[in-house]
Amino acid sequence: MKKRRDLVLGIETSCDETSAAVVENGTKVLSNIISSQMDVHRQFGGVVPEVASRRHVERITVVIDQALREAHVSLEEINAIAVTQGPGLVGALLIGVSAAKALSFATGVPLISVHHIAGHIYANHLVKPLEFPLVALVVSGGHTELIYMEGHNQFQRLGRTRDDAAGEAFDKVARLIGLPYPGGPQIDRLAAQGSPSYDLPRAWLEPESLDFSFSGLKSAVIQLLHKAKQKNEKIVLPDLAASFQQSVLEVLITKAIRAVRQTGVNHLLLAGGVSANSALRTQLLMRCEQEGICLHIPPLELCTDNAAMIASAGTYLYYEGKYADLSLNADPGLALVSSST
Amino acid sequence: MKMLAMDTTTLVMGVAVLEEGKVLGEVTTNLSKKHSVRLMPTVDALLKDLDLPIEKIDVLAVTDGPGSYTGIRIGVTTAKTIAWARKIPLYTESSLTVLAMNGLHFSGLVVPLFDARRQRVYTGVYRPDHQHLTEILPQRVMPIDDLLGHLAEHTEPVLFLGDDVKNFQEKIICQLGTRAIMGGPAENIPRPSQLAWLAWRKMEQGIPSASETMTPNYLQLTQAEANLLQKQGNGECLNGERRTD
Ligand SMILES: [Zn+2]
Repeated sequence: MKKRRDLVLGIETSCDETSAAVVENGTKVLSNIISSQMDVHRQFGGVVPEVASRRHVERITVVIDQALREAHVSLEEINAIAVTQGPGLVGALLIGVSAAKALSFATGVPLISVHHIAGHIYANHLVKPLEFPLVALVVSGGHTELIYMEGHNQFQRLGRTRDDAAGEAFDKVARLIGLPYPGGPQIDRLAAQGSPSYDLPRAWLEPESLDFSFSGLKSAVIQLLHKAKQKNEKIVLPDLAASFQQSVLEVLITKAIRAVRQTGVNHLLLAGGVSANSALRTQLLMRCEQEGICLHIPPLELCTDNAAMIASAGTYLYYEGKYADLSLNADPGLALVSSST
Repeated sequence: MKMLAMDTTTLVMGVAVLEEGKVLGEVTTNLSKKHSVRLMPTVDALLKDLDLPIEKIDVLAVTDGPGSYTGIRIGVTTAKTIAWARKIPLYTESSLTVLAMNGLHFSGLVVPLFDARRQRVYTGVYRPDHQHLTEILPQRVMPIDDLLGHLAEHTEPVLFLGDDVKNFQEKIICQLGTRAIMGGPAENIPRPSQLAWLAWRKMEQGIPSASETMTPNYLQLTQAEANLLQKQGNGECLNGERRTD
């Protein structure tokens, strides 16, 4: 029997990467074009939404065209078009959504709307098929969430941040100590040269809670810098970076393991931009080995925003016939699950 | 040969189909409702009414600004994606020129304008002449006072077009008196059929169609870019005139 070949075109424009990809049967990446705007936004010290939207509209058609070329697939062979509906920057999301709807209209191919976080989780599926049930720790500039999945397309939220996302905390602290944008990788690098010798708080919240909070930690760093300035003490930046990072990672790792224990699953997934953090990767791996938990971490190139992960997540919505119609709108605050457990 | 035209640059959303010299259908709404939600279904419904599958459309037209930044991008992204997918040419037109077409038979000057906030307008000045509009003040964003100062140098009557004209009515009448004529409701909204006609004429003249990398004509830098330029000490030059393509 010849295996069916399902080709999904993915489109992702939720922040500052214009991306299009072709994925076969939900698992095999045929192409994954990412046009990054990092250099543009660096000069502003962060992503400027209007600048991002303007870049997306310039790049979108070229990027889609490249994705098909690189995959050696014609538009006629595509079975479904999957696009990030949200969350993200509304003006940026609208470019992807408008392009996807136009493509669906022009070709008659089904349109699939994908949640950005679902995409990050499915980045792992492109490496090794997801094994259910599982818990996913999603950490990025916009998200810090623990998600439970019993099967494809089934998401339950176990916990989330009550204020800043982990990646946001990294960026803010990086700015405080004068590191350039984007701050996450800079802190990671600097921390590797220091040791966590400064005493910074860990926000555990209520006992057994799976929620996160990072705004207090950021305030503690501000206070520490302020006091040092008053007393004319020199701050050892690598040590401060290491202390801050350790404070974030300890909470992330402890709560992720707690979520695995509370749900009784064997598989833990790491997803989102912050999964590129080298200390997080090594420490989580060590803990999971000790605890006998199977850890799945996407390769670095699939940690950041990309359309292949959207195409992969979209494939399983396509299999379930969950199509969007031509009135689909971008939703900057889209929820992954309607209610938490 | 059939052309599909769409405009989402202002509150007005317009979709039209033109065949040779004839308007086959046109839908126009003037609502503060999301263009992103309504554009594709409106195109779909109009083509269905006309019994035209998208395969029967040979050429596209879209307004590429000025207007609402988000609105501009929805129209441009939609149109250029359909054009790319169907491998058909796409023609772009300025939303101000489309609006100015409503004054094509006026004897005097025609001034379409959109409110750009802080007492500024997106505008241009046109002189109708034998079925054509000659641009005598290139499109730009400018203070309403500067526009009126410019118009005071002319002697002809001036037809103001656009729903936003009422925001500046007092100033206009104060400066130009009875020389100022205000468009009626039907003339104040850009018509997608006028867009189609403009694009059709471009096509007939053999003007090349837009490419996949075409960018909108916002007529303004983003605030962040303007600030950056100012910091670098050369803030003026890029904020002025419409790029010609
Ligand atoms: Zn992301």
